[in-house]
Order: sequence, then structure tokens, then C-alpha cells
Amino acid sequence: MAGAPRLAAVDDAAAHKVHARLEGVTRVYPPRAGHGEVHALGPISFDLRAGEFFSVVGPSGCGKSTLLDVLAGLALPSAGTVEFEGKSVRGDVPDGVGVVFQEDASFPWLTVEDNVSFGLRRAGVDAAESKRRVDFALGFMGLRDFSRAYPSQLSGGMRQRVCIARTLVMQPRLILLDEPFGALDQQTRLLMGDELLRLWRETSATVLLITHALDEANLLSDRIGVMSARPGRFLDIVETGWPRDRDSRLAERPDFGAVTSRLWSYLRGESLRAMGQGTAAR
Amino acid sequence: MSKAGWIRTIVLVGAVGALELACRTGAIAPTMVIAPSHMVTALVETLQSDEIGMHLRTTLSAVAIAMSIAIVGGFVIGFILNWVPFLRRAFSPFLAAYYAIPHFAFYPLLIVIFGLGPVPLIVLATLFAMVAMILATMAGLDRVPRVLLKTARIHRLSLIQEIWRVRLPAAAPHILSGLKLAVAYSFIGVIAGEFILSTSGIGHEIAFAYDNFDNRRMYALILFVLGIVTLFNMAVFAWERRMLRRRGA
Repeated sequence: MAGAPRLAAVDDAAAHKVHARLEGVTRVYPPRAGHGEVHALGPISFDLRAGEFFSVVGPSGCGKSTLLDVLAGLALPSAGTVEFEGKSVRGDVPDGVGVVFQEDASFPWLTVEDNVSFGLRRAGVDAAESKRRVDFALGFMGLRDFSRAYPSQLSGGMRQRVCIARTLVMQPRLILLDEPFGALDQQTRLLMGDELLRLWRETSATVLLITHALDEANLLSDRIGVMSARPGRFLDIVETGWPRDRDSRLAERPDFGAVTSRLWSYLRGESLRAMGQGTAAR
Repeated sequence: MSKAGWIRTIVLVGAVGALELACRTGAIAPTMVIAPSHMVTALVETLQSDEIGMHLRTTLSAVAIAMSIAIVGGFVIGFILNWVPFLRRAFSPFLAAYYAIPHFAFYPLLIVIFGLGPVPLIVLATLFAMVAMILATMAGLDRVPRVLLKTARIHRLSLIQEIWRVRLPAAAPHILSGLKLAVAYSFIGVIAGEFILSTSGIGHEIAFAYDNFDNRRMYALILFVLGIVTLFNMAVFAWERRMLRRRGA
């Protein structure tokens, strides 16, 4: 039944190697002037399988980015546990995790090459190996001709490539992407999506992508977690069943639209609820 | 040269030329202003006199000391205030109101405390210059994008590495503009203090010439001070531009 979308009705973690696990994770922000405590996320429990491409979609403000921060160790969960490769993650970024953000995170005072090699010195990688990895990453992301340029001389898409290359050289086993193409135009998004798939295949890393674009989630993912309005929980986890060797031409397949429709049928009501929350808050 | 550069040059040359003409034709009396060409010849004569070197050393060493204390101290204090929120909340009203105070009114008090010599001048100039550096350091550190700090955490930098490799370079443009102000304010503080009351220094020499109706010497020294400050500022600007050019600033 290749290509037919189906529900992950049973927890089939036993059949797959678990790479990261969230159990009963919530995130509650303490009350501040102007509003009471905000329950931003959860409880959420799910397993990230080793080597899969997992996307998270959900209405705006549902806690998608909070989920990523907690999984990356950038924020502590208010309750519940986070594990990466069997070890507990508590407020520190574990070795082997790379993160790419939506905002431009390139360092404006460093050349492209120095940006890309930023993390290697700290990680104790020797000079020859460091050079090899940087050369590879620059080539892979199409940045070789720009290695001596500064970020201010590059377009937004190119700067995001620099950030991805900087993550790539660290050889992460889990790559977390927080709406990395959110600030890019549609054509650039599609091309960057293809590059992301290529990167995922060649590094065999596990990828978790936060996005608000349903087509993008559909195209790129093995599984898609659909989140509810705040406090975000998973309404469902949709398995796409796409072949590993795929690219943006997948969108031409007749069964592609069915998955997007399914995602939208979940999210339509939630997005309306999220908008209602927004209006009420104002 | 750019169009703006041409306009700037024409305005400058025109103004000096007009002044020269007005002085030469007697439209402006030499008891008020002397011709720019006379200022230059007077400056050459003044620089050849023995005691000017001593006055220059007095002024420049006071400026250098005040500048160093203001820059280093201002940076350290700004950094600490940025790091410790309750200290910042405690002190920020003082800092905000600081430049509303007429600092030079306290100069006599400083003389009473420290005696007539270089110390009250250095203290005055340091007080005047340091807060600009504090404010600029705080503004720079406030504006470090959060995503860069997150990036530092993802690369698991230690605190020192985070500060040195991410926080300070990101804040550098603001800190540099504070540094420029601190340089200018140090010069103003020392020379204005000397002008009010002191026994040596360029500011004192200008005041002395003024009191003795020695217009030639007075204008020569004013020209001299202008020259030094312009030279110093140009050096700092050139350094800043070299650092910032590649950031697309």
C-alpha cells in the first residue's frame, strides 16, 4: 500500500529504534503582569524514530517552537521527561543535536567560511578534519563561491544555507528545524526543501521540522504530527508512506493532495480556535 | 570624490576664504578675529616656542588617562549593569538623567578635594566621558539578537566563550559608538576644565592669551586644538569603518 496515507493507530515504537522520546511533557509559563499563567504546551508524549523525517504542523501560537526548545534542551519542561539517545535532556543541549532557526542566525562579523566552522574548534575537531568538513558543507549547500563573503552580502536564502551548513559540519544525529524557510519566498522554499531531503538522505540523521506550511510538511515528511490550538497536543500523527528517495515532484502524484486535505481537515477547526483566542486576548 | 564630498569641500573652502577676505579688507577687526592665514603663521610661531610642548604633554596625558579610565571602566560597569537586572533597575534613572547635570559646576569642588593639578581635571573628564560608554555598552548588549545566544548554547559554548565569541562581537558596533563619544568627551572635559582654572595645559594657554588680548596666540591655539581633535577622531573613524565595512554597515 505504498503511498496511501494511513493513521499511526498503534504505537509501533517497538518496530523502530527510538531516537528521542517525550513523555507527558508540558510547558507552563508563570503568571506575569497583565495575564495569568499560560499553559503553552502539552501534555505531549511521542517517540521520534531514528532516521525519520518528522514534521510538526499546527495553528499559530500552539507551542510548536516551545516543543522544539524543550526537545533541544533550550528550555526546561514544566512537567514530564525528554530523552535523547536514552539520556535525559534537562536544560542543556545534548551532543549530537543541531538546530536551525527561522531568524537569521549567521554571525555578521564572520565570513561564510568562519561562520560554518564556528562550532568545530569548540568541539575539538583537528584542523585537517575541520577543513574537510567545512569544504564538504560549503560544496553541499552551494556556498563554495561565497566562502570569503560576509552574510550582509548574501540573500536571506543564502544566509539560511550558511546556518544549515554550520549545523551540518557538526555531524548532528538529530537536526531540529524551527520554520527554517519561513522568511523565504515560495520558489526558494521548494528548492530548499529538496536540499533538505538530500541532506537528510545523505547524513541519515533524524530530522524534526516545525512548519506552518501543510504542503511542505506533506512533501518532506515520513510522519506529520498535527497539533491542536494552545495548549498544543498531538491530535494525530499522520504517516505519509512516501519513498525515501523523493523530491518536490512528489506534489504531482494524485495521492499527494489527499494527505494535505487530511492535515487541513484537522487544522481548520484548530486554526479557527487559535484565531478566536487571539481576538479574545486583544 | 563623491558629490557630497565636493559640496563639503566647497563649503569649507568658501567659509575659510570668506573669513580671510573679510579680515583682510577690514570688515572684521583684528581685535575680534584674525585672518585664517595669520592663524596658521601664528600657529607655526607658537609651536616653535619652548613651553608649548610642556602644555601639550600636560593636556594630552590628562586626556589619555581620563579616556582610558572612562572606556575601560564604562565598559565594565555597563557590562555588569546589563548582567545584573536589579542593579540596572536601581541605577538606570541616574544614568538617564546624568547628562542633564552641568558637570563643570562641580569642578571647583573637585579642586577643593584633589587640589589644583592634573587630578581634578582627570576626574572631571572621566566623569563626563564614562557614562556615555556605560550607556553604549548596555545598549549594545541589549541588542544582541536572542537567536545568536541560542546558537551559542547549541554549540555548547562556555560562558566565557559565549561572551567573547558571540556577545561582544554582536554588541561591538554600539560599543564603538560609545567609545567615540568617550574620546570626544575626554577632550572636552580636560580642555574646558583647564580653561576654567588650571596652571598649565592647552586650555589654560588659550584662556591666558584671551585674558591678555593676545589674539594671535589665542586663535593659533584654538586652531591647534581643532587639529588635534579632528586628527584623533579621524583615526577612530577609520578604525571603526574598517571593522564595520564588511558587516554591510
